[in-house]
Amino acid sequence: MNAVAGRGRRAGVAEYIGEIAEHKGCRTSPGGAKTNCGSQAGQADLPKTIWEKVKNHPCYSEEAHHHYARMHVAVAPACNVQCNYCNRKYDCANESRPGVVSEKLTPEQAVRKVLAVATSIPQLTVVGIAGPGDPLANPEKTFKTFELVARAAPDIKLCLSTNGLALPDHVDSIARAKIDHVTITINTVDPEIGAKIYPWIFFNHKRYTGIEAARILIDRQLQGLQMLTERGILCKVNSVMIPEINDQHLVEINSTVKARGAFLHNIMPLISAPEHGTVFGLNGQRGPTAQELKALQDGCEGETKVMRHCRQCRADAVGLLGEDRSAEFTTERIMAMDVNYDAEMRRAYQAKVEDERAAKVAARREELAELAGQKSEITLLVAVATKGSGLINEHFGHAKEFQVYELSTSGAKFVGHRRADVYCQGGYGEEDRLSTIIGAIKDCHAAFVAKIGDCPKRNLIEAGIDPVDQYAHEFIEKSAIAWFRCYLDKLKSGEILHVKRDDPAIRQKALTSAA
Amino acid sequence: MPFKIIASQCTGCSACEPLCPNVAISEKGGTFTIDPKKCTECVGYFDEPQCVAVCPVDDTCVVDTSWPRRQAQA
Repeated sequence: MNAVAGRGRRAGVAEYIGEIAEHKGCRTSPGGAKTNCGSQAGQADLPKTIWEKVKNHPCYSEEAHHHYARMHVAVAPACNVQCNYCNRKYDCANESRPGVVSEKLTPEQAVRKVLAVATSIPQLTVVGIAGPGDPLANPEKTFKTFELVARAAPDIKLCLSTNGLALPDHVDSIARAKIDHVTITINTVDPEIGAKIYPWIFFNHKRYTGIEAARILIDRQLQGLQMLTERGILCKVNSVMIPEINDQHLVEINSTVKARGAFLHNIMPLISAPEHGTVFGLNGQRGPTAQELKALQDGCEGETKVMRHCRQCRADAVGLLGEDRSAEFTTERIMAMDVNYDAEMRRAYQAKVEDERAAKVAARREELAELAGQKSEITLLVAVATKGSGLINEHFGHAKEFQVYELSTSGAKFVGHRRADVYCQGGYGEEDRLSTIIGAIKDCHAAFVAKIGDCPKRNLIEAGIDPVDQYAHEFIEKSAIAWFRCYLDKLKSGEILHVKRDDPAIRQKALTSAA
Repeated sequence: MPFKIIASQCTGCSACEPLCPNVAISEKGGTFTIDPKKCTECVGYFDEPQCVAVCPVDDTCVVDTSWPRRQAQA
């Protein structure tokens, strides 16, 4: 673990907004100009206009993702790029990865679904189109949907996620549709590497393969990125980390996209399993381990901000990022639902969420002040079972994922999440489930839970993970910092010894994918 | 010979439909079919058959050998 090297110092007591910006993951590095993740300075490095755009967007703001929900509407089935990590034929309701949906929607059905979800889940702030193909390979359906949603629910933010091939042709339409967040997947800026990731593209009525295909794609992606940022549209770049193919190259991608105005870089682990039927799944291309991913994300932090909370969700995902409630909103169900869009109710609900956020930030600030005098080089990871709202509010046995925080004397920093769900593992018993979870968090020193049974508690202790249930239903960061303070005290008194932990594999199957 | 789509392999992604210069492709029960009477193999329009070039599943848009070859007719 080398994460904390180069992290900024705390810049006094920031005000409330700044505090959230800080947590969101933006800061000025000690060197000055560069912004990046794990912010300790806050507001200063995030212009107010950008902060206003991202503060309630769960995909663009790590802090917001604990509180706000998003949904993807699957209106864009066609694609113009073939990727070795994608297989469009595969759909399983328990499968979570981009490119997968259970049913596609017409723009009219999509709007009805948006209104139904916005009514049931008032913390829904964002509607995105992310496929299952490429939104811009389906421009009519995509822009029609945005138009209808904007008219029916003007308070909802619109965003889209594209491979970038058709992007330069649609920049004006994107600006006109008032889409202020665009994600472009850029896995390489080197055509030779691109040829190993993309077997072909379809461009100008022709199929291109190999290096030529990759060159066209990369040129169009970077051109589109620049055109968008010049118009003031916020751009995030997604990159899939593929060990031995583009892992060494991702730092270069990071600086290339930063130079063209990308706001955030989301490095995601390759999802590849033989049962997905993808080229990489079938040829045995492995995904990165949790520590490989984290080391790369840490290494990229000097340039464009790095995002770590992506769940690589389905093109029809619904809910908070760590959950997927799409099964509750099938076309059949939404057509039967009594949809009554109540903007006032949503506003009131979101005002409550904002109070909760403010309380969380204040609690963390108090706890951090307690840590002020401590000096230690130790950084360690802890796993947290949460249902959202920034609280330790999930039972160990019910957790579908654990959020991972890195603790040091500078505080608690969100660095990722680990899947703990057991879907697609039919027939496995409790014992297997437990060892799967322990395997997924074996680099952590402690697991914070609302509740845990005696048996799993024993197993965690045997695995060297401290089961912590004394902070049930309290704020994550405040509790983690308090626990860390006790940990350092115990080290000092010689009561415990600090030991390094293992490197877990990233789980490949099921509901909330990755890391 | 016109092209046909092997329904069991079609993902229903619809990428081929708007590209067909002859408007020969339509959806039928979730997958797509080509009207053999309208298909010209894109001859006269494009260098390569558009449905074949854009289809994400190899060997799904294939020549329908039960029909005479288009070029031979010309």
